[in-house]
Amino acid sequence: MVDQLVRLLTLQDANTRIVLVGTTLLGVAAGVIGCFAVLRRRSLVGDAVAHAALPGVCLSFLIVGDRHFAAFMLGALVTGMVAAAFISFVKTATRIKEDAAIALAIGGFFGLGIVLSRVIQNQASGNRAGLDSFIFGKAATMVAGDAGLIAAVAAAVLVAIAVFYKEFKILCFDKDFAASQGWPALTLDLGLMALVCICTVVGLPAVGVVLMVSLLVIPPAAARFWTERLGTMVLLAGVFGGLAGLLGTALSATIPAPSSGLSRGWPTGPLITLVAAATFAVSMIAAPRRGIVSDVVRRATLRSRISGQNFLRRLYELLEPGGDLSVTWTAAEIQRRDGAGTSHLNGQIRSATRAGLVAPRAEGFALTARGQAAAASVVRTHRLWEIFLITQADIAADHVDRDADQIEHVLSPEILASLEAKLTESGRIPLGVPVSPHETGGGRKG
Amino acid sequence: MVTSTGTEVADATKEAVCVEVHDLTVAYHRKPVLWDVDVSLPERRLIAIVGPNGAGKSTLIKAVLGLVPLASGEISIFGKPLKAARPLIGYVPQRETVDWDFPVDALDVVLMGRYGRLGWIRRPGKADRAIAMESLEKVGMADFAARQISQLSGGQQQRVFLARALAQDAQLYFMDEPFAGVDASTEKAIVEVLRGLRSAGRTVVAVHHDLQTVPEYFDHVVLLNMRLVAAGPIESTFTTKNLQQTYGGRLTLLEEAAEAVRRGEPARR
Repeated sequence: MVDQLVRLLTLQDANTRIVLVGTTLLGVAAGVIGCFAVLRRRSLVGDAVAHAALPGVCLSFLIVGDRHFAAFMLGALVTGMVAAAFISFVKTATRIKEDAAIALAIGGFFGLGIVLSRVIQNQASGNRAGLDSFIFGKAATMVAGDAGLIAAVAAAVLVAIAVFYKEFKILCFDKDFAASQGWPALTLDLGLMALVCICTVVGLPAVGVVLMVSLLVIPPAAARFWTERLGTMVLLAGVFGGLAGLLGTALSATIPAPSSGLSRGWPTGPLITLVAAATFAVSMIAAPRRGIVSDVVRRATLRSRISGQNFLRRLYELLEPGGDLSVTWTAAEIQRRDGAGTSHLNGQIRSATRAGLVAPRAEGFALTARGQAAAASVVRTHRLWEIFLITQADIAADHVDRDADQIEHVLSPEILASLEAKLTESGRIPLGVPVSPHETGGGRKG
Repeated sequence: MVTSTGTEVADATKEAVCVEVHDLTVAYHRKPVLWDVDVSLPERRLIAIVGPNGAGKSTLIKAVLGLVPLASGEISIFGKPLKAARPLIGYVPQRETVDWDFPVDALDVVLMGRYGRLGWIRRPGKADRAIAMESLEKVGMADFAARQISQLSGGQQQRVFLARALAQDAQLYFMDEPFAGVDASTEKAIVEVLRGLRSAGRTVVAVHHDLQTVPEYFDHVVLLNMRLVAAGPIESTFTTKNLQQTYGGRLTLLEEAAEAVRRGEPARR
């Protein structure tokens, strides 16, 4: 099987070469145009267009009387555009909202398509139509001419996006502003929808009516995790889409069918979709900044910073007022003095030691010079915020400790500076570390 | 007062007019939201559009900008039809109308202010970037140029929108609630920018919600409540009587009639 996959991907076989080139280009084009469809919130219209293509394909078979790729595409394009126009008409002319209008179009047109496809299959020539492949996609039936059409469409889509990048960007971000500058927003919108339609329709034989929307939506959604720039997002979505097309097709041609009943092989559409979904899953989990792992790490980092700062404040408050900050501590002594629990205490001591804030002594440990400065600064921030809450926000003194505890660790230096300025100006704080506005651990016991 | 503009035209101290609205009616889903508005706005002034919720303030701006279809009426800007006047117009839409998680940074957004001048296909160049940076500087946001826009606070986002309008280098600005939901320092910064525009001979028409600051920030006021109540300089127009007419005396009949037009049936009580 590996040999076969290598053979496929190195394009040694003329027929698979055609199919792979076709689906890869389709994935690239769908990923690129999909970015704009998703950002313009039109991705479900793409779904409706795809479903509405089925009756178009059936009608063109009934008219032409034979399987003719270009005729199929033309029929699909016509009914697809009719569906898009229908959605926009229902939305503007009635009180039906867009989601309901889309569901209406999907159900109505797809239902019609299924009925028509039964009519065709009941005819003598019906089997030649290969309509099944339009529902779930079957790239293997693709011939050179089909791949050529896909290549032409993909090229047209990419050129259109490259040329009108700026126009589509402003349309998707702020349509009204674009219109106020004189951009023909409606024409641009129609142009974008037409590109989505064309791309969807040529993709049907490979991916199928039902799953085509996933090729428009998943690569852009995955790409968004990796970047904050539209240009990069478009490039990445193209790459992800192309990869899905390539690998999905390769897998469908390589994996042996589970039984002789499936001798026609695996449908391509689901496998392409699954590869795309896999890129999405990886992006969602592993992407820097926006991904889940990085989010978890960020939270854990904050938690450990909070824990470290709370530890320093605890030591500092035990020594108030005016205690010697360089005394030697043991965990047991800390607990005896303030009566609070020892949970986390050993961990806190270890990580403070690693950070160079405390240093081990013969018995126990003591704050280093850096640790003393850090402790004073943590307590100062905490107290400043408490005083701010009491004096400016009128919050009761016995409530502020917990509030300050949540905020003090995330205050940026700029906010802290303006806080200091505000309080100093009003004469509320002396220089250095202000006295706590409420009882502290040290105050109670010491 | 608008009724007195006729006499003012004859006045020797007559001001140049930049926006002339004649018999404007706008309807959404056939229901009229603005009735027969006649108003002319003077040049080189800071002009507030004031009125209760649903008075049609944003609609008036959008109608003048051609963003909503007119049921009737004519609009001219600097004596020209809208199409010819577009390059002279800048716009600050309401902040909530866009998706702030869009993958662009602050500078990208401000550069969009240059798109109108660039025309089709041409991309913004060095000169446009310089103008965009300058605009960000004017609103105190130069340090945030490379920040993704969702990372900005509400006030900062509003400033970016203002900078985008400044980058348009327009003669006449329409701003839809530029002070909505901003912090005190942003409000101050925006007022500074507006005054700067006025001293540079530009005109600003802004939907404004805070009645207290109207006389402080603006020179001229348009009082609106589905129809024009009054328009003119603050001193003569921003009066208790006019405000009562705008906010207090609701013309329920007007609303009932609008509802009847929407239903396509005679009005009922």
